[in-house]
Amino acid sequence: MTLPTKTASPVGRAASPGLRRIAGIGATPAAAGTPRTRSPLRSAARAIVPAAIALAAALGIWLAVTYLLLSPGRRFLVPPPQQVLTQSFLQWSHLQPMLAALGLTAEVAVIGLLIASVLGIAAAIVMSQAGWLERGIYPYAVVLQTVPILAIVPLIGLWFSYGFTSQVIVCVIIALFPMIANTLFGIHSASQGAHDLFTLHRASRWQRLIKLQLPAALPSIFTGLRTSSGLSVIGAIVGGFFFQQGSQSIGTLLDVYTSRLQSDDLFAAIILASLFGVAVFAMFTLIGKAAVGRWYGNARGGARD
Amino acid sequence: MTIATTTGTLLFRGVSKTFDTGTEALAGVSLGLAPGDFISVVGPSGCGKSTLLRLAAGLSRPTGGEILADTTNIGYVFQDPTLLEWRTAAANVELVGELAGIGRAERKRRAGAALELVGLTGFEGQLPAHLSGGMRMRVSLARALLLAPDIFLFDEPFGALDEITRLRMQDELQRLFRSQGFTGLFITHSVSEAVYLSTRVVVMSPRPGRVMQEIDVPFGFPRSPDLRYHPDFARVAGEVSAALQDTQAPAAARESQQATGVQEVSR
Repeated sequence: MTLPTKTASPVGRAASPGLRRIAGIGATPAAAGTPRTRSPLRSAARAIVPAAIALAAALGIWLAVTYLLLSPGRRFLVPPPQQVLTQSFLQWSHLQPMLAALGLTAEVAVIGLLIASVLGIAAAIVMSQAGWLERGIYPYAVVLQTVPILAIVPLIGLWFSYGFTSQVIVCVIIALFPMIANTLFGIHSASQGAHDLFTLHRASRWQRLIKLQLPAALPSIFTGLRTSSGLSVIGAIVGGFFFQQGSQSIGTLLDVYTSRLQSDDLFAAIILASLFGVAVFAMFTLIGKAAVGRWYGNARGGARD
Repeated sequence: MTIATTTGTLLFRGVSKTFDTGTEALAGVSLGLAPGDFISVVGPSGCGKSTLLRLAAGLSRPTGGEILADTTNIGYVFQDPTLLEWRTAAANVELVGELAGIGRAERKRRAGAALELVGLTGFEGQLPAHLSGGMRMRVSLARALLLAPDIFLFDEPFGALDEITRLRMQDELQRLFRSQGFTGLFITHSVSEAVYLSTRVVVMSPRPGRVMQEIDVPFGFPRSPDLRYHPDFARVAGEVSAALQDTQAPAAARESQQATGVQEVSR
């Protein structure tokens, strides 16, 4: 191996054969003209374009199934998207009952979510207060998660009749567990050091809960709310499907459309219900960001040193 | 040393601690701190230094011996700043006031004063996530200062900081020690930090921890940063280092004996 002499030193030379530019300002062709910060338009495009491509692909597959896979006689099983649009979404006489049903479903979902949240957070707080309480209650909370809702639907109907109340109860059963589990996890996430600090200053159980454990649990509570909000929409639809007394909910309509082979309307109702679920999920994501994003998102690696 | 008209006496008398797991952390530690003392404890990793502090703070109970203090107003600075991420710097400092039942106005006044003491005026409204490591540790110091503790326990508070920040924090702490008049018990891994800050350095043995040697630091206060490069400073630091080496030697010998299967002969 030969040692580089002073004159061969790459420093100060315009271009040395062994050196590649990793970063810097100036005459690297690739770097020229590339803006250092991304424009808002560009970042919006980065968010939307992949989703748009995925949507286009989904529509493409849908069309392919309708026109390539199904014979004309069986095409009603998967009506093409444009037919769903023109025959269902754009027909007010079809859309109007769907929107009304969606309103009822939303009401059931919101009430169910509210009850599940209150019950779930309360149960988690109770469990967090003593190890034996957690060991005693948690296994039964898991049962909530594992019990097949279909198996207890007949019972719920018998006990609470086949209307609004039973729909809400289905909602609560489905949405409760994520609230319990996430809140409990969040309460336990307070650091040992912080607990020591509270112990050192002789904090009461109440002070510890209000000033340490619940604030520390907030990000997890919002994670739970996001999961449970989606689940309670599902619960409201399932509830409406089985308990059809009173005004029609989306679940009821799905049943009706299926039995009448109104596949255009069936697809439209499914799409509406899905969009509603997405909207609810997005809403809780935003609320969560607004509530804890200021300190939670920044907490990892955002510090300046 | 002036006769103690102030409080801040802390006594360890033959303190032992064996954990439920059977680990013997401390074996008969005796140590006395008088008002105006600032004592650093150095020792090999896992020698029970932190356990000593937790016992003094009442976060853990000794399994032998006793710990006496003439005050319950004890401040504790943890290894981590342990700030509540959702509270601003000022609200974090106020927390211990809330827990102590101090009124809102008084709390705010004291928090402002404590933050000023640590040089964080202007950062009251910042969340911890937006503060540097050194600043977070300052908030943690300010929080402990809020109740004007008579005894101040420090559990390697500067261990995670970079060298420059660390030296600056040592000067800040020394200034606080002089102006606030607390008794300090400081745990550290750094010999020079121990000598620079303390009136006395305590060297502990490997686990189970015992006090091996107490070395007086003969320098008065205030101490200038230049002291670190003074020959006398090097001499004291050398003495502490040598004492630390001595604590390691028997352990190393024991380990090598075990490794070679030599039976330990009772002395």
